[in-house]
Parts: sequence; structure tokens; C-alpha cells
Amino acid sequence: MSWINALIQGIFLGGLFVLFAAGLSLLFGVMEVINLAHGDIAVAGGYLAVVLIPILHIPAIWIFIVVVPVFVVIGYLVQRLLFQPSLKSGSLTTLLVTFGLSVIIENLLLEGFSANSHSLSIGRLGSGAFRITSQLSISYLSVVILFVAIATIVLIQLGLSRTKTGRIIRAVADDREAAQLIGADYKHVFGIAAGVAFGTVALAGLALSMYSQITPSAGPTYLIYGFEAVVIGGLGSLWGTLAGGIVLGVAATIGLVASANFGALAPHLVFLAILAIRPQGFFPKKALA
Amino acid sequence: MSRNLGTVSRSQYSGYYLGVVGSVAVVVLAALPYLVAQGFTNILINLFILLTLANMWNVLAGYGGLVSVGQQAFIGVGAYTVLLMAQHGVEPFLAIPVAMVMGAVFAVPVSWFLFRLTGGYFAIATWVVAVIAGIVITGVPSLGGGTGASLPGLHLMNSVLLGALTYWASLAVVLASLVGVYLLLRSRLGLALTAVRDNEIGARSVGVKVTRAKRVVYLISASGCAGAGALIAISQLNVQAANVFNIQWTAYMIFAVLIGGIGSIEGPIIGAVVFIVLQQSLARFNAWYLVIVGAVAMIIAIWARGGIWGIWANRSSTKLFPVGYFLRKPSEKKSSVLAKTEY
Repeated sequence: MSWINALIQGIFLGGLFVLFAAGLSLLFGVMEVINLAHGDIAVAGGYLAVVLIPILHIPAIWIFIVVVPVFVVIGYLVQRLLFQPSLKSGSLTTLLVTFGLSVIIENLLLEGFSANSHSLSIGRLGSGAFRITSQLSISYLSVVILFVAIATIVLIQLGLSRTKTGRIIRAVADDREAAQLIGADYKHVFGIAAGVAFGTVALAGLALSMYSQITPSAGPTYLIYGFEAVVIGGLGSLWGTLAGGIVLGVAATIGLVASANFGALAPHLVFLAILAIRPQGFFPKKALA
Repeated sequence: MSRNLGTVSRSQYSGYYLGVVGSVAVVVLAALPYLVAQGFTNILINLFILLTLANMWNVLAGYGGLVSVGQQAFIGVGAYTVLLMAQHGVEPFLAIPVAMVMGAVFAVPVSWFLFRLTGGYFAIATWVVAVIAGIVITGVPSLGGGTGASLPGLHLMNSVLLGALTYWASLAVVLASLVGVYLLLRSRLGLALTAVRDNEIGARSVGVKVTRAKRVVYLISASGCAGAGALIAISQLNVQAANVFNIQWTAYMIFAVLIGGIGSIEGPIIGAVVFIVLQQSLARFNAWYLVIVGAVAMIIAIWARGGIWGIWANRSSTKLFPVGYFLRKPSEKKSSVLAKTEY
């Protein structure tokens, strides 16, 4: 019974990992750069909510209406002002710049909020659960998170395949020079992709601070989970990312049945095993969508 | 036709000066525990550890093109090798060379795995390896688990003597890393690495065995980082997984290299000194110093890719470490160099 419980809890935990992975997957697909600050940006989103909720008197569950647009704008600006200039010296420079950004965000949060953990209280939604059997219950919040994660993936996918901006993003991801020749402004496209990535990962940060808690140094752990989900699923495939996140979540909760230490180790071992056997992931695609 | 086309030489006068000044500096540095307060040599221990790490990251990323954010895996291997041997009665200082060998030994299977990946993939996979190593060590109770273990064997020693021995050990490790990299870059493999640094595809096309060169660099870098990890264990007299496997170490080495200048031996030396000076002078601002150092490193990475040494080397042809070749016009005085860049 505990195994079935672990499996089901793992699927829902995977939803959280998917939220972290979605933006990372999009940004890598478009720009071929891994944003090492991705996890720290999520944590920063959580802290912005911690600051804003007492000021705005908005219930915690609705704070995303404010936080997400703020991070979309920040993402666009960071891309245009910081990541874009560094792309000229090669993608490895951009990687180092995102790493620097990660350290800066982490230490700024440490100065502003100390190393103590914070969380967002959402009342009954956070404590209540669906009771399936006497031993199996699923919290309302984890259902909401998985739903939001799937909705995020679906919306990004629809945006890429159905809208004009989405088509331009795919064109730039396919062949930057050719897209430029037919008039696509690739810098603007990168900015939009970064805006979406920052917005979705801010959502992930909010989910994390409602689901458990955040500390200034929590970011890298979730960056790694998000990255692993992207690689397991196969680069450029958003559906693959969804599958990858759920695989990691299940690995974590099943590992946890063995021991707390193994719960932390199991997702990484699954990732390494898949990388060794099938480096291209489950659903590899050459380009986005 | 063939006469007077110019001469090619390995070094300039600055290289000979370095030999003299360097030897004097080493003697002075070695004598410091007799001359200055222990507080100062303790800062220098931190400088030597950082310089060893920066030097190793520079040879890895600056020459090998392997951007790793997981070198803390080998810092941990070094620190825990010292701890494990000390628990079995081995003098911790004698365990330093063993730790360096262990670093390279661990790097062999890791490199088989990581070398399937490139670029950003490689970077995060190195990090995953470090995270895994940290979690595995945390699960071993005899090595202190998550709370860490104190290093046996040194507590009874006089603290002044212990401080001096730790200082000499770190001086030895940093000199070994600098001399090692210098000799490596002057060797045939160094020529290959310099070619890889400048243009990897070009190097491959003229027959450089790029993967082999990279693997050698990866093993050397792992070994040096393990040496630094051994020194961290000895200088802190305590080994804790959350400390030695911390990504912070990688942040330090990357910032030092970016500020000083990537892809030269001189860069990390300057960068490590600047980093420690900033760290000491900004110490009262707590975490702000990392914010400032990180911002400086980021600005330099974007807008002044050569770092401090690069800015200097662009204006002058002086090189402290003669690892390249210089082309001179035959008619000119020996001190004028025809080509500004080294080959």
C-alpha cells in the first residue's frame, strides 16, 4: 500500500518539478543556453509574494496575478540587458553570466530575509486533502499544482503552435539566420521567451512556498530537478518535460520509502541512468513544438 | 630568401625576471611564519587555496573549454580522503598527496560519463555529480553523516606550529599547481590545449586529439581541487559535507578567474589576489561582498572578456610565464616583439 501511495504522491510532486522545468526547456530550446539562475529566480518570486501579501492584502493563492507579470517583465529586461550582450562572446559566457546572477540573487535574498525559511499560508487549501482510502489521501494543493503545471505546458504549446509570436519563436529556434532574413527580430523573440520562462518559474516558486518552504539557498536544488526533467523528457519537447518531471517525482517519493537519504538520491540516479542509456531522452525533437 | 625572416624565441626578459623574482618571492613566502603574525598567514592560506582552485578551473575552462560548475565534487573527495586516512592514524599532512591522487582516480569514471555531454549539459551534469557525491557521503555515519566530523590527529599540536605547517602545506600545493600547469602548457599537450582554447574545430582538423587532451586536463583539475579540499579539511580541522560539497567554492574559483582573466596563467593569480582583498575589505558587509564580486565578474565576463590581465596584455606584450612563442624582426633590438600575441 505504501508503494502505491508513494507512486501517486510522486506523480503529484512531479507537477512541481514540471513547473520548474517548463521555462528552462523553452529558454534552452530557443536560445540554447541553460539558465543556471532559474531556481533562484523561482525563490525570488516566492519572496516577492512574502513581501507583497501583507501590503496588498490579497489572499496568497491569488498573488500570482501580481507576481507573474512582474517576472515576465523582469525576464524580458534581464534577457535584453544582460544575457543578450553576453551571447556575443559565445554561449559559455552566457552560462557563466547566469551562474553569476544565481550567486547574486541568492546572497541578496540572504541579506534581505536571513537564512530562515519562509512559506505562504493558504489556509484550508493547504491543509485539506481528498481521502481516497484510509491510507491514501491527496492534498488539494498538490492537485492544484499538477493542474497548473499541465495547464502551463499546454498553454506554452498552444502559444508556440497557434500564435504569430509562437511561429516566430519556432522559426528563430529552428534557424536564427534564416528567420532574421525574413524579418524576425531574434533579440525581441529571445526576450519574449525569457519573459515566459521567468513568469512560469515565478509560478513554480509560489507553488514551492505554498507546498513546503523556501530559503535563499533553495534555488539550485530545484534548478537541478528542472534540468533533469528537461533532459529525461528530451530536449525541445514540452510533453517530454511533463513526463520527465513526473518520472523524477515518482523516483523521489519511492526512494523516500527506503530512506530519507535515498529519497534525495533516487531522482539523480534515475537521471544519470537515463543519460547513460538514452542521452537524447524519451521524446527528442530537433526543434521546439 | 630564408635569411633574416625573423627569430622565434620562447621567452622574453620578463620571463627571466619572473624566474629571479619568483624564486625570491617563494623564499620570502616560505619564511613568513617567522616574520608576520599568524592572522596574516591564515589569510594567505585562504589565498593559496583559492588560487589553487582558480588555477585548476582556468586550465579546465580557459584551455580545455570544459565549463564545470561541479569541481566541489573533487574538493569533497580530497577533504574526505584526509578525514578517512586520519581516522586510520595517518598524519593529515601526509594524506594530502594521497588526496590528490584520489581526486584523479575518481575523475576517471566520472569523465567517461560526463564527456558524452557538451556545453551547458556538461556544466549541469558536473553539478549533479557533486550533489550525488554529497548525498552519498551524508549517508555514511562513520564519516560524520550530515553534521560533519572533526579531523583527528592534529588537535594536540601546538597551534602556532600547526598554523605554520598548514601554511607551508598550502604554499607547497599552490606552487605544485602553478608549476604543474606551467610545465603542462609548455609541453606538446600544452600546445594542443592552446590550439583547443583558440579554435576547437580548427585544432581537431589539424590532428589534435581534442578529447584526450580534455580528459588529461579534467584529471589534472580534479587532482588539484582535491589537493585544495585536503587543505580546507586541515585548515578548518573539521569536514562537513554541506561545506566541502558547496557550490560556493565553484563560485569563488569562477569569479577569481573571470576577474583576473581566463585563458592565461597570470589571470587566476591576479584574480585570486583581487578576490581575497575584496573579501577582506568588504568582510563587514556580510553577503554583500559576494554580490559585489559576482557583479564585477559578470560585467567583466560580458564586456572585458580577458579580465584584468587581458586589459594589461592587450597594451603590452609582456608575459610573466613564457608558455608561448615570440616572433621578432631580425633587425630590431631583442626587447621589441614583432607580434603582440604569443603563438
